[in-house]
Amino acid sequence: MKLVTVAGPPSSGKTSVILSIIKALRKENLKLGVVKFDCLSTQDKDLYEKNQVPVKTGISGNLCPDHFFVTNIEDCIAWAASEQLDMLISESAGLCNRCSPYMRGVMAVCVIDNLSGVNSPRKIGPMLKLADVVIVTKGDIVSQAEREVFAFRVKQTNPGAVIVYINGITGQGAEEVSSLLKTAQAIETLSGYNLRFSMPAAVCSYCLGQTQVGVEYQMGSVRKIDLS
Amino acid sequence: MWDKFAEQKIKTIFLQYPYAADFFTLLPDVTSYRESTLREYFLGLTDEELVDSGQERAALIEQFVSFMMQMEQFKKNDDKIESITIVGGKNKKGQPENIKLMMCPGEIICIVGPTGSGKSRLLADIEWLAQKDTPTQRQILINGKVPAVNMRFAVEHKLVAQLSQNMNFIMDLTVTEFVTMHAESRMLEDASKITAKIIAKANELAGEPFSPETPVTALSGGQSRALMIADTAYLSSSPIVLIDEIENAGIDRQRALDLLIDRQKIVLMATHDPILALSGDKRLVIKNGGIYKILATTLAEHENLTVLTAWDRRLSAIRDLLRSGEAIDELPDYFAKATRKKWVAS
Repeated sequence: MKLVTVAGPPSSGKTSVILSIIKALRKENLKLGVVKFDCLSTQDKDLYEKNQVPVKTGISGNLCPDHFFVTNIEDCIAWAASEQLDMLISESAGLCNRCSPYMRGVMAVCVIDNLSGVNSPRKIGPMLKLADVVIVTKGDIVSQAEREVFAFRVKQTNPGAVIVYINGITGQGAEEVSSLLKTAQAIETLSGYNLRFSMPAAVCSYCLGQTQVGVEYQMGSVRKIDLS
Repeated sequence: MWDKFAEQKIKTIFLQYPYAADFFTLLPDVTSYRESTLREYFLGLTDEELVDSGQERAALIEQFVSFMMQMEQFKKNDDKIESITIVGGKNKKGQPENIKLMMCPGEIICIVGPTGSGKSRLLADIEWLAQKDTPTQRQILINGKVPAVNMRFAVEHKLVAQLSQNMNFIMDLTVTEFVTMHAESRMLEDASKITAKIIAKANELAGEPFSPETPVTALSGGQSRALMIADTAYLSSSPIVLIDEIENAGIDRQRALDLLIDRQKIVLMATHDPILALSGDKRLVIKNGGIYKILATTLAEHENLTVLTAWDRRLSAIRDLLRSGEAIDELPDYFAKATRKKWVAS
């Protein structure tokens, strides 16, 4: 079974992109499923089910979504295997722009949209920088100039990536991109695999449920802004 | 390539390759290291600084090298595109298209056909450099040859620039800042000169003039369209410009087309406006997801274009009257005198 990890900022069009890719790959009789990672709630499950896509959702709640991802992805693979999928796509929202659920040896796809502005490629860290494929969405509503500058900046941030365009509404571009995804590596287990980048560290009193504000309650991994 | 840079002072690198500065925007402040070599700067970064900027030490050199190579690639003026050829495939019903269309810089090709007839698919085939591997099985040739595979994924080789009615500026910048930003991303040395030229051209195309200090988001529909066209004409690297629904754009359409042609663009225009359609060199008729036929604009059509243009001006004059608050109780004589003279020559 092939595994593809898809990440991208909230509302960048991940679900629409994945759905249009699945539709394209179905024409070749491939069976695809999705596991969706989110923080608070997600309506995307309904959307996938409406399109007859096997889907599972994981809500990280008060845990760091990335840590939640990495501690659950292996179980998801077992589920996908039991469903006899040809390809499992994991979808996760990058919430702190520091997130990057990518692993070495597993195809990594980042979805970003033109509407987020030409400076956003510089602000998104490893999630963009370490992706193999960058899918740019919402290109039909901004000017040609902004599209070109956006692509230029993405290329500056991640020169090695393949940059492709998908229109999430019409699905245009999905057939082309699906031919790329088909080249994803097949895996049986993720045991022994490594993350491409370390996850955000977060072990302070607030991680453990502290709600009171004030210096005396700040414990563990605490850092201060330089206001000098 | 790393050997070439490792022992150079950072200030020397910046002087020689001004664009290198962009690489450091995501890294800890480089200004105090200007006298150091690149190797010293990389070694001087602490683990914490690297983690904070989302970097890994081991990958730093590799990333710098691929960044510089990519930028060189952007700067290189690649082989000129002399022609783009569409070799026909089949339509949705599986019938062969039996066409081979060569498009050259400076040509205007109109696309006609009902919505949903397959216009988007045709453009997608061109953009993707289809090699008989899309549902239409069309093939796209560049300069008469099969293009290199990696051209598909190279953003600097995007074949089609688009101008459509749905597009908007979303950046919070003035016109000058906006065009300069685009020029810089093309790594042009005379960015300010070309920016001034683009703004002047856009003003010629727009109905009402605008100043270089206007925020792009405050431009009217017509002004935005005018700026997009002038900007694309001068700064887009794409050889093909696709224009969609330009008829209602509120700009001088003929001058806009002339500008794109002057700049040696291949203009593809989806339109059913008779004046625009007949000012093209060829018309592609799309039907059932395929190219149904290709019409070259005939001599008779050229003559009819003159007649239609005259009538268009007359209608425009009436529009102007409406705009200035006049009544249209009486039509000028020529409307009354219009006869059923055979004006569509076949």
